[in-house]
Amino acid sequence: MIYLQLFLAFLQIGAFSFGGGYAAMPLIQNQVIDKYGWLSTSDFSDLVTISQMTPGPIAVNSATFVGNQVAGIPGAIVSTLGVILPSCIFVTLLAWLYVKYKNLKPLQEVLSALAPAVIAMIFTAGLTILVPTVIPSGFANIATDVNIRAFVLFLVAFFLLQKYKTDPILVMVGCGVAELIVQFATSSL
Amino acid sequence: MDIKKLRKIFFSTLYLSSFTFGGGYVIVTLLKKKFVDELHWIDEKEMLDLVAIAQSSPGAIAVNGSIVVGYKICGIPGIICAVFGAIIPPFVIISVISSFYTLFKNNTVIKALLYGMRSGVSAVIISVVYDMTKNVMKEKDISKIIILIASFIANYYFNVNVVLIILIVIAYGLIKAFIKGKKEKEVLK
Repeated sequence: MIYLQLFLAFLQIGAFSFGGGYAAMPLIQNQVIDKYGWLSTSDFSDLVTISQMTPGPIAVNSATFVGNQVAGIPGAIVSTLGVILPSCIFVTLLAWLYVKYKNLKPLQEVLSALAPAVIAMIFTAGLTILVPTVIPSGFANIATDVNIRAFVLFLVAFFLLQKYKTDPILVMVGCGVAELIVQFATSSL
Repeated sequence: MDIKKLRKIFFSTLYLSSFTFGGGYVIVTLLKKKFVDELHWIDEKEMLDLVAIAQSSPGAIAVNGSIVVGYKICGIPGIICAVFGAIIPPFVIISVISSFYTLFKNNTVIKALLYGMRSGVSAVIISVVYDMTKNVMKEKDISKIIILIASFIANYYFNVNVVLIILIVIAYGLIKAFIKGKKEKEVLK
């Protein structure tokens, strides 16, 4: 039952992405690529790119996108409802607990321990986009098969983001246009 | 039930989530501006607690922020209006993009653009990870650094499931909070 699978997969993504934004990425990857194979790694990279360029949280965008790709609009609806349901329950429960005890200390302790783990997992998710882009045939072939152009683009983008705090959307569009121009110039198009 | 207030909640979150780029934290700031500074339906101090609850819960911060605001103003009907307002814009935008993606992902121009953008989006993610890691290192808390490195090795090299890593770290945080609480009680005695 595809709808149930979509609903449960996104329920899990919604329930375990602590920290917002990028924190959902490793969970999406875990369910959508590794477990069910609904998207390829390159589709996932495109999805993250699209999410960055449109309003709306990555988790909600992914639910709508994957649901649509796998089972059309009804799939998108069940996935999206799945991803927000845990939020509705947790937030209401916490609001109630907070009113009752006026104390979120144990929770803050848990969240502060989770923060570094979440960073590590976002890094892994970032690498699963970067590595196939720069080394198309996999990390084992790092010596023989490196896409120099993609690697240079990555370094320039990273430099611009860190040094000049350039707008991420501008950086991404710039990379896309640069690749397009180079491909056009070398007439591989 | 106050239909006027519900309508206002729905259209406010609908508007904010249609036009806000830059993630959940930006939306939360704008929600505060709307409901605290402009409409005075929530007072400042209370809003701070609500935001803390939204950020402590799993899921997208934008959705969680809408939930707390809706809950505070109108209870459960408020949650429903706020959440639908928040997810309709990304749902519509991504559904449209999703159907275009299927049609155009093999077009040579689109393919080149998306391929170049992968370098850009990896740079955006790795850059965010770099900033967050720097912040963790600044705290000089050795246990956090260990969690960061151990989570990365477990996740990247040993493919340990992300949910398992999150659950282990939550357990660690709870134990730590429990021990801390006990110590504080002993000091009081």
